[in-house]
Amino acid sequence: MTLSARAKWLIGAFAAAGLSFIYIPLMVVIVNSFNSSKVFSWPPTSFTTIWWEKALANDGVRRALWTSVQAGVGATVIALLLGTALSFALVRYDFFGRNTLNFLVVLPISLPGIVTGIALNSSFTNVLQPLGINLGLFTVVLGHATFCIVVVFNNVSARLRRMGTSLEEASSDLGASMWQTFRFITFPTVRSALVAGALLAFALSFDEIVVTTFTSGPGVETLPQWIFNNLFRPNQGPIVNAVAALLLVIFIAPVWLAQRLSGSETHAGGRV
Amino acid sequence: MWKVIPLMTREVAISLRDLRKEFRTPARTVVAVDSINLDVYNGEFITLLGPSGSGKTTVLRMIAGFELPTSGSIVLDGQDVSQQPPFDRDVNTVFQDYAIFPHMSVLENVEYGLRVKKVPAAERRRRAEEALANVALADFGDRKPSQLSGGQRQRVALARALVNRPKVLLLDEPLGALDLKLREQMQIELKELQREVGITFVFVTHDQEEALTMSDRIAVFNNGAIEQLGTAQEIYEHPATEFVAGFVGVANLIKGETAQALTGQSRTVSIRPEKITLAGAGDRQASGHVREVIYVGNATRIIVALDAGGQLIASEPHDGRAPTSVKVGDAVTLHWFAAQEYLIG
Repeated sequence: MTLSARAKWLIGAFAAAGLSFIYIPLMVVIVNSFNSSKVFSWPPTSFTTIWWEKALANDGVRRALWTSVQAGVGATVIALLLGTALSFALVRYDFFGRNTLNFLVVLPISLPGIVTGIALNSSFTNVLQPLGINLGLFTVVLGHATFCIVVVFNNVSARLRRMGTSLEEASSDLGASMWQTFRFITFPTVRSALVAGALLAFALSFDEIVVTTFTSGPGVETLPQWIFNNLFRPNQGPIVNAVAALLLVIFIAPVWLAQRLSGSETHAGGRV
Repeated sequence: MWKVIPLMTREVAISLRDLRKEFRTPARTVVAVDSINLDVYNGEFITLLGPSGSGKTTVLRMIAGFELPTSGSIVLDGQDVSQQPPFDRDVNTVFQDYAIFPHMSVLENVEYGLRVKKVPAAERRRRAEEALANVALADFGDRKPSQLSGGQRQRVALARALVNRPKVLLLDEPLGALDLKLREQMQIELKELQREVGITFVFVTHDQEEALTMSDRIAVFNNGAIEQLGTAQEIYEHPATEFVAGFVGVANLIKGETAQALTGQSRTVSIRPEKITLAGAGDRQASGHVREVIYVGNATRIIVALDAGGQLIASEPHDGRAPTSVKVGDAVTLHWFAAQEYLIG
């Protein structure tokens, strides 16, 4: 299809407007984190790195960052184990109820966080607390794992489908045992999908706030929670900007890497 | 040549007994292979020929071990392997899509079977290089599969299978993805390779010309069963059923009253088009009118509507004599010899 010059101009303008709408606010956050004015006055008066220094030296920020990393790693490990196992089961075997199960596995990522949060909160307090497990980092990890599983599952399933079964059949035909086939053929083929899924899962967990709020107990505060709690406190504004910028950077790197690793057919699902 | 030795005295490499395969879905059961009996002899090139869905590939996959039979047995070199996994069977497969491991070099692909069987590195390197040389890819060991053409991948798949010196090589429509010229060349190369290595080849194809060109024997499959088993010549010249007559070569059948009137036979009669001439001699003849004249390069095919009913196709070879000048609508008389008729059914 060829477009008239006018149509091209219009489409270009719309695209530019759309991208600006998404990215200008993000730019403002980053620029303000270097703005020496305490009240975000615009345009920035002068350049400073003091907010970054203060943010990195802040005990609350450091604790929250560490909590977020623990939650992200924990949720990612669970997602890798369960998501991979599920995608092998659902892609490689045909059984009664397969499509239903497939739907149930993918559903959590599109459920509203508030619903997941309330559901998890009431089941944790009703089931885990009587067993002596209180709301805390562990329950945050479980909460994040519910939707992190989906991105691992989607990435690995797409790879397994594209791979087909003939490579594994060929390996076994050439005399390889099941374990050898997994080690030499299956694993190397899905490896980059696993890495991509893990990076996306980590990124998802890292910026989550709704489910976190409902599943974290007292004394557990992730980085997004810290930002939310400090945003309207006097004097914390500029530091919040720097932390938000930091979060952005930590979030972008794995998403960008995951995109590259899984080629063009990544579908991470919503809620990123 | 081994062909002069009666087949019965030859050693059996694979024996299929009452082999049956059903695929069950909640909705229905499909019988893919229905009680097949077949002996494949050592060193033989046997082709399983049939349309898609006739069960030939399922039989091959059962011999390889990718599918387990519903009932019946597969005896490989005297040993019942029906329930054994693929890695415990002394057969190797060349896949339709070649199934070359994309993350390994060509040499690593060829070495794979020896590597998983823990053959020492030096020996497996030597054997893999030898196998690559056998398929004229000696200098390609370091390449990645993505850098190879379709024909080269095909050869890698062959080398990767043959390096293991299997008792039997299974080939699942290995030439299907190649263009016509390359396919014809590979047919000859495969045949030569098979004669050199002396390994039993079980070849699956839906291409009747390919089957006739390459095979010592052909098993014609239809609806999960073997319709006819025989040499290329037997299959072509003595088709046992209407299906075989139609699937292999051009169908030329006369039935019922037409057969009765022209040949005195009450059964269906088959005559190959090249046995029928417009001008030549013969103790049979039939008159009719030309319905269509088709130029096919090495011959002209003339479709004649017979006055006695039905139609016959005559093939006039372009052998240097003046080409036939008949036109659509001309009255013609077809001639052939009774000895070249075959009765079906």
